[in-house]
Amino acid sequence: MPILDVQHIEKHFGDTRVLEDISFSLEQGQAMAIIGSSGSGKTTLLRCLNFLETPNQGKILVNGETLFDADDPATQREAEVRKKRLHFGLVFQSFNLFPQYTALENVTLAPQLLAQEQPDFKARRREILEEISSQGQALLERMGLADRSGHYPHQLSGGQQQRVAIARALALKPDILCFDEPTSALDPELTGEVLKVIRSLAEQKTTMIIVTHEMAFARDVADQVIFMDSGIIVEQGEARQVIEHPREERTRQFLSRYAGS
Amino acid sequence: MLLSVSLTLLEGLVVTLQLFALTLLFALPLGLIISFGSMSRCTPLRAVVRTIVWVIRGTPLMLQILVVFYGPGLMFDLPLLPRFTAAVVTFVINYACYFSEIFRGGIQGVPLGQQEAGLVLGMTKRQIFFKVTLLQVIKRIVPPMGNEFITLVKDTALVRTISVYEIIWMGESYIKKGMIWPLFYTAVFYLVVNGILTLLFGWFEKKLDYFK
Repeated sequence: MPILDVQHIEKHFGDTRVLEDISFSLEQGQAMAIIGSSGSGKTTLLRCLNFLETPNQGKILVNGETLFDADDPATQREAEVRKKRLHFGLVFQSFNLFPQYTALENVTLAPQLLAQEQPDFKARRREILEEISSQGQALLERMGLADRSGHYPHQLSGGQQQRVAIARALALKPDILCFDEPTSALDPELTGEVLKVIRSLAEQKTTMIIVTHEMAFARDVADQVIFMDSGIIVEQGEARQVIEHPREERTRQFLSRYAGS
Repeated sequence: MLLSVSLTLLEGLVVTLQLFALTLLFALPLGLIISFGSMSRCTPLRAVVRTIVWVIRGTPLMLQILVVFYGPGLMFDLPLLPRFTAAVVTFVINYACYFSEIFRGGIQGVPLGQQEAGLVLGMTKRQIFFKVTLLQVIKRIVPPMGNEFITLVKDTALVRTISVYEIIWMGESYIKKGMIWPLFYTAVFYLVVNGILTLLFGWFEKKLDYFK
């Protein structure tokens, strides 16, 4: 059974169709890259998976459980949506770190708030908080930021901020980690450090969906690639095959612009 | 002479500061509620709230003081509110409307991405407001709030129109005795209070300087 099964997702804003009949599935431990030009619906698709947008049609299943069904309002209740979001993590293009918290606090805030909902939180408060804090510190270490945990976001470079954001998303142990153009807001010399982290996550078999413009990276890191154009999936397949030997003319046209890069 | 005038004016200053403090105490929370109303997704509520804010901000505070104090008696034959109470009521309503606009600006100035980051991390709307947005809003509104606080200290002088014995009223009372300088002397008291406020706001702004 695939860990993620997306069935016939449609999304329109007014009369504009942003997503049309999007279906795909993803196996546990696989990385999927979504490529395509700006405005092709890639970001909207990620936002639908993270319940920041509500699709007009379709279903989203994780581990066989229907998290979202456009025809079933019971799956769209506010309180449950909050829990369902935890199946997914999202790393934003613009990081969106919380400026008033240190790197470590950014990573531990959400786990702390969730821990407060545990029945034994009051009794084991100190123990739980220490555990969350050491897990957060370990995550920052994995991101190569062990010595930056006490820094505030404005004291960090863009690449460091994005790595904190990745640690923050990982802290909740999502089933599927989504990246929305994680390096697009970075200076070219800083993209490498972020891509390296994502690459190592792929090697550790983290299930991921990565919206990216880095074709070489998508080819090397992703197992599958989806090429989207004006809201539809034009081509979908094994990464190397789609990027090096695309079947569709539109995919070829799109990729030719990246040739040599 | 200077001492006895100073003591009399201090008596007036106490009334001034009481009005100042009570206005803040009630107008700050009320302003926050009004700002939520003016950002509400419910169109009729938003329209009503924004109309009230327009009326209150669009008419002179002095006129509002007169309406609140004399209005109920003249129009509905109701007993007059005590003078000081009428002053507090008017100031709370008036300042809550100004504060609401500052809050609205501060809240809407926080990037939407902050809220979305909170949502994807499984936070409730409440947690996002208190743990993520609020401090960023406070940081944004400190400078305009400093302005409003200082304006409020001086606006309290308007309540002498309904004979609340605040500091200007006290200063003016010496004119009958042929002395004009006590009225001018009140400026020193305003300057001291606003000097302290300026220092406090400067300190607070610095306190929040640790993040951007």
